[in-house]
Amino acid sequence: MAHDSSDPIGHHGNSEMVASATSESRMARYVLIGLALCFVGLFVLMPLAAVFTEAMRNGAGEFLTVLGDPETFAAIRLTLLVAVIAVPLNLVFGVAAAWAIAKFEFKGKAFLTTLIDLPFSVSPVISGLVFILLFGSHSLLGPWLQSHGIQILFAVPGIVLATVFVTFPFVARELIPLMQEQGTSDEEAALSLGASGWQTFWYVTLPNIKWGLLYGVLLCNARAMGEFGAVSVVSGHIRGLTNTMPLQVEILYNEYNFVAAFAVATLLALLALVTLVLKSLLEMKFSEQIAASRRH
Amino acid sequence: MTASTRKRWQFRQPSVIPGFGLALGVTLSWLILIILIPLSGLLWRSSALGWETFWAMATDQRTLNALRISFGTAFAAALVNVVFGVILAWVLVRYRFPGKRIIDAMVDLPFALPTAVAGIALTTLYAPNGWIGSLLTPLGIKIAFTPIGIVIALVFVGLPFVVRTVQPIMEEIDKEVEEAAATLGANRFQTISRVLLPGLTPAVLTGFALAFARGVGEYGSVIFIAGNLPYVSEIAPLLIVIRLEEFNYPAATAIAAVMLVISFAMLLVINMIQAWSRRRYGYGT
Amino acid sequence: MEVRVQNIHKEFGRFPALDDVSLDIRSGELIALLGPSGSGKTTLLRLVAGLETPTDGTIYFGDEDASRKTVQQRNIGFVFQHYALFRHMTVLDNISFGLKIRPASRRPTSTDIKRRAMELIDLVQLSGLEKRYPAQLSGGQRQRVALARAMAVEPNVLLLDEPFGALDAQVRKELRRWLREIHDRTGHTTIFVTHDQEEALELADRVVVMSKGKIEQVGTPDEIYDTPVSPFVFGFIGQSNILSVRVESGQLWIEDRSIGVSAAGEPDGPAQLYFRPHDIELLEDCGGCIAGIVTASRRVAGTRHVELDIGATQGKVEIELPPEKTATDRSRIAFRPTRWKLFRS
Repeated sequence: MAHDSSDPIGHHGNSEMVASATSESRMARYVLIGLALCFVGLFVLMPLAAVFTEAMRNGAGEFLTVLGDPETFAAIRLTLLVAVIAVPLNLVFGVAAAWAIAKFEFKGKAFLTTLIDLPFSVSPVISGLVFILLFGSHSLLGPWLQSHGIQILFAVPGIVLATVFVTFPFVARELIPLMQEQGTSDEEAALSLGASGWQTFWYVTLPNIKWGLLYGVLLCNARAMGEFGAVSVVSGHIRGLTNTMPLQVEILYNEYNFVAAFAVATLLALLALVTLVLKSLLEMKFSEQIAASRRH
Repeated sequence: MTASTRKRWQFRQPSVIPGFGLALGVTLSWLILIILIPLSGLLWRSSALGWETFWAMATDQRTLNALRISFGTAFAAALVNVVFGVILAWVLVRYRFPGKRIIDAMVDLPFALPTAVAGIALTTLYAPNGWIGSLLTPLGIKIAFTPIGIVIALVFVGLPFVVRTVQPIMEEIDKEVEEAAATLGANRFQTISRVLLPGLTPAVLTGFALAFARGVGEYGSVIFIAGNLPYVSEIAPLLIVIRLEEFNYPAATAIAAVMLVISFAMLLVINMIQAWSRRRYGYGT
Repeated sequence: MEVRVQNIHKEFGRFPALDDVSLDIRSGELIALLGPSGSGKTTLLRLVAGLETPTDGTIYFGDEDASRKTVQQRNIGFVFQHYALFRHMTVLDNISFGLKIRPASRRPTSTDIKRRAMELIDLVQLSGLEKRYPAQLSGGQRQRVALARAMAVEPNVLLLDEPFGALDAQVRKELRRWLREIHDRTGHTTIFVTHDQEEALELADRVVVMSKGKIEQVGTPDEIYDTPVSPFVFGFIGQSNILSVRVESGQLWIEDRSIGVSAAGEPDGPAQLYFRPHDIELLEDCGGCIAGIVTASRRVAGTRHVELDIGATQGKVEIELPPEKTATDRSRIAFRPTRWKLFRS
């Protein structure tokens, strides 16, 4: 059906009378669009703008000096390290979980799916706390770890564990609906042609899910690099050693070093924007593959 | 199928697809190692406190206030998100306007932006000398360092949930349904309020529950803007951190256990809404 | 109520969907809009409903000009192709919807609404299912709910868009007969759209055949089938054969042979001869006939369909014979159309 292209705030109708049947008056449309734009502007765009303006408050020179700081550099390195470990682990887990859940029918499947989603409903602080209770000096494992000189809390392993916990469901929950929608006929065809299990996965399943997989990895990575609460609890805030970028932001901010805090925040905001752009591109280009998972 | 299950109990239906054992094995070990052992550790530690100690710690006045603030502000923020989330989803699904694609992408910013960054950015905006705060101070409205500030932060954090659960359902609304309402004499307002919105109820409830659950547990974006005054603007996750820093592990454990139980209850509620909706209307969310 | 469509034009962008369409529908009539997809039949139905606005032209309900009225004001009943039931409402709520949303001044009391809805549920034979949700009904049951919902508002005219399109063959046939019964009992002026000629011819009082945005022919099913007025109608309704012939001194000729059919009064010149496979007589000896070699023969229910090759320039024709008549391959059959029509380009 033709669109009324002369109307920039158009509706999927084409004349005034029809508009009254299945669309709102022009006035109502403007009001609703206005409300929506105000809401997004106030709650999303302005905070984003604030990050960049605050970082540049004293000019680009100071901004760059802050970023050259060794502590900041160490925080960036740690953040990348954590993501490089946590994301592949959850990628492997996510593919395995999706394979088991989407391709087979077994008892307790719904329950398993709920368990996988569990970290979404746990406060990040609690996600950190559970590892303190598990590995802390008061715990069962604590004294044993100490006597063997194994440092988990207030060190990189603890940060990785907390991050893995928090980002646990991301890849799996993108893949499960996608693979469920695709069914098993492609795999059955490959098997009937003599392919082995791995060949089937590698040449048939993986190409079918690669964009959905990338999408999940993207979201998982954004969360892994940006996680604050859980990491904050287990890290011990040791400067230059166990500070990730979000923690560095907090420390600098609490020291009233606002420009530095916002400078580091800028990097994280850019990461978020890149994630959003890639996500939108994936959604645009491979909408049918990703549509399944957007429906949660 | 029923005949065979009646004959003997089967863990899984036979399938020619290989790899079930490996995939389920990896899944379960990882799940047990990373999620279940740590979480059950928390529950075990809180049960080790003994009921009386646990109850005393969970009902401590400061704890109760913190829980009340966390749940109250999360509830208020989720309500705001329901109203604006539905409007935003409607506008994105139904209308064309310049910049629509960017707005659509920006809805996911709260998912992608680290919470600490959101926290300091919102604080800067709403502080008495900030862009928005300075406009409101002359009117006597104080947002940062009050519970209202917490609500603002939680609105930000929960914004994508309602939009993203409602949007796909809205996209699937059959245009014929609206035309049907019109042919039966319904005006536009009646069509929206009595036909379209009730059809969205399960999705809206799910979005609300997700935003609420996220808001209750939220930490990073709140602590900067909240002011963290005990009894007034101190949220439960922050109180856990404070107790930890005091090495008061039992208290931290007790608060966490209470929050966890409530979160699980909410998860259950979300699943029930979806199952109910699928059973009754033939569609889930 | 009578519905009169006068000189309606409808364009979507630059595409003309309807081109100067006029149609009078009598009160209480059951009328079918029949045509291939893209013929404009659904557009015409939606224009009557008020779901589309004509580019030009007028629609009268009785003596009243309805074309300036909104869909809500027209008080019509519309049954959508995919039923468009409100899936969060029970069968009862779906059917009462149109009455419940009326302004207080015109709204029946809630007991009356319920009584009316229950009557309709009874009429469409869904008693006992009033508490069900649409998702819990079969396709045929949903269709009945949709019809009851449309009738609940006592519509001026009942409009059905491909009402049986989404159902399987068996249910379709059943519902078709049932719709006719309901119509005879309630007497609503009813217009339905279909692309299925069998449906239109079996069900309707009058059939409107449409093509490319125009009405080709309006008539009773018999008129449409027996005396098609255009090559399109002849070709679209039922089976037909087309042969290039020549009229010369009141006789029809194929190339240089007379086929023994007199066309008195027709002017001389080339023409297209249309005839149906069963409107023929077999001839023993050919002193003016169409003759051909059997190339295929198959038995379809009570008749035998025989395909004849009647020469290089004309190609093949199909005729229907009684089943006891054998037609072995490569044998020769001579026949002559008994009922036919000539069209000239």
